[in-house]
Amino acid sequence: MYLSRGTRWFLRIGTGVTLAFIYLPLIIIALYAFNSRRVQTWPIKGLTFDWFDKAFHNHGARDALLTSVKAGLGATALALLLGTLAATAVSRYRFFGRETVSFLVILPIALPGIVTGMALNSTFTQVVKLDLSLFTVIVGHATFCIVVVYNNVVARMRRTARNFEEASADLGAHTWQTFRYVTFPQLRSAMIAGALLAFALSFDEVIVTTFTAGATETLPIWILNNLSRPRNLPIVNVVAVISVLLSIIPVYFAQKLTADPVGAPGAVAAP
Amino acid sequence: MGRRLADLLHGRRRLQLSLLLSGPLGWLVIAYLGSLAVLFIAAFWHLDEFSGKVVHDYGTSNFETLWNGHVYRTIVLRTVGIAAAVTVTDALLAFPIAFYMAKVASPRVRGLLVVAVLMPLWSSYLVKVYAWRTILNEDGILNWALDPFGIKGPGFGNLATWIVFSYLWLPYMILPVYAGLERIPNSLLDASGDLGADPGRTFRRVVLPMAFPAIVAGSIFTFALTLGDYITPNLVSSTQFIGNVVYANVGVANNLPLAAAFATVPVVVMVVYLLIARRLGAFEHL
Repeated sequence: MYLSRGTRWFLRIGTGVTLAFIYLPLIIIALYAFNSRRVQTWPIKGLTFDWFDKAFHNHGARDALLTSVKAGLGATALALLLGTLAATAVSRYRFFGRETVSFLVILPIALPGIVTGMALNSTFTQVVKLDLSLFTVIVGHATFCIVVVYNNVVARMRRTARNFEEASADLGAHTWQTFRYVTFPQLRSAMIAGALLAFALSFDEVIVTTFTAGATETLPIWILNNLSRPRNLPIVNVVAVISVLLSIIPVYFAQKLTADPVGAPGAVAAP
Repeated sequence: MGRRLADLLHGRRRLQLSLLLSGPLGWLVIAYLGSLAVLFIAAFWHLDEFSGKVVHDYGTSNFETLWNGHVYRTIVLRTVGIAAAVTVTDALLAFPIAFYMAKVASPRVRGLLVVAVLMPLWSSYLVKVYAWRTILNEDGILNWALDPFGIKGPGFGNLATWIVFSYLWLPYMILPVYAGLERIPNSLLDASGDLGADPGRTFRRVVLPMAFPAIVAGSIFTFALTLGDYITPNLVSSTQFIGNVVYANVGVANNLPLAAAFATVPVVVMVVYLLIARRLGAFEHL
């Protein structure tokens, strides 16, 4: 396609500016993690690895990390099960209200985080009379994680022909055998990608978590609580760098597992 | 047992379907829609002023308080205003890179750029806000960079909130716009040029009208996410947003009914926004 030199240059510069805008803040925070001084001033006077050691031995941060991993695993397991079931139903069966299912699945992330958070909070505290704990965090996270598994599996189902399943049934396989030997192998990588993204989503979530956690401290909540303690900021920097890496790794692998761009609109999730 | 169940399921599509749907629908309808219903009902409860306990009888006192409260109106206008500013900013920043990805870059570079835009989308929200806190800080890098010119950065406040929100939601705008631009056939742009339109005219008369639904699709995210956030305003500003009032009333003030009533505001705004977006054809681009 023909574009004038001027237009090409404008687009290149625009792309560069936007990329710089996206990445500079992350680079700056990574540099602060090596800052030899406790105060957060620029320019950085010297570099050190000490804070990594201190962060590693910080009990609060370690417990929070463990809590986040537990919450992420619990929410991912639930979302994987519910998301795959819903996706199978929507893409392999025709029924009244099929469109509504997709809408219902997306709703928890389409509505503002405070609404989802408050709704769950009022149900837990006012109706079910449940104490806020790791369990309520998992319930909350699973609710908005279903959509990422669902979107990945539905996208895969759309691309795989259902005549394989029909052939399998015609050849005498019963329902389980067809699922185990025909459907599941086709879905596996989409399910893993969905699960990785669900974990990344749960791992980073703050807003719904603040309404459902009570005294439970996930890693984002730990960061939030420590932002107001200047003494702890160097450790927060290290935790920040580690949590960015931990959330990028699953996304990278999920990207490799699916041909569709993950997190493409619709699979996008509110933090 | 498994075998017998399989025989039972064989050919019974209705039964299979109800087994598949009972889990996810049970969860989403009972746990989620049920919770939303509780929230909506709670908006009509009220707080006993003496005991500080929630009284479970119904009235519209919360909505009256919000409607008559001058402060609340200012907060709604501020939140919606910033959400609109963020949406426009993100659309402007997203367009060149999305166009470059869709129409100029080689397939390899395009792949790399998609990953480069996606990765920060999923990386820690809180870390990004915190990064901006250190940048905008009195002793931060921005003031240091601007110092030679004798000017100062914006510090914390509405301006900071606008910058940080624009930063946070930018990838949510780039991706749909990129996908939308990719769907426009190159031949259409060439035809416009061949018929004598200069690049500006091709952009205004061909690209923009065709990409508009995708921009609206992206704006759903930038708008909704800004409306529902309270942590960013809390960390880089001292002004209140809808989310801050809601959060303060759930936690500190322990006035769940008032918080629930105020939380209906972003929901109503979003429902109206979604209805308009659907008319503009944005849903095919989600």
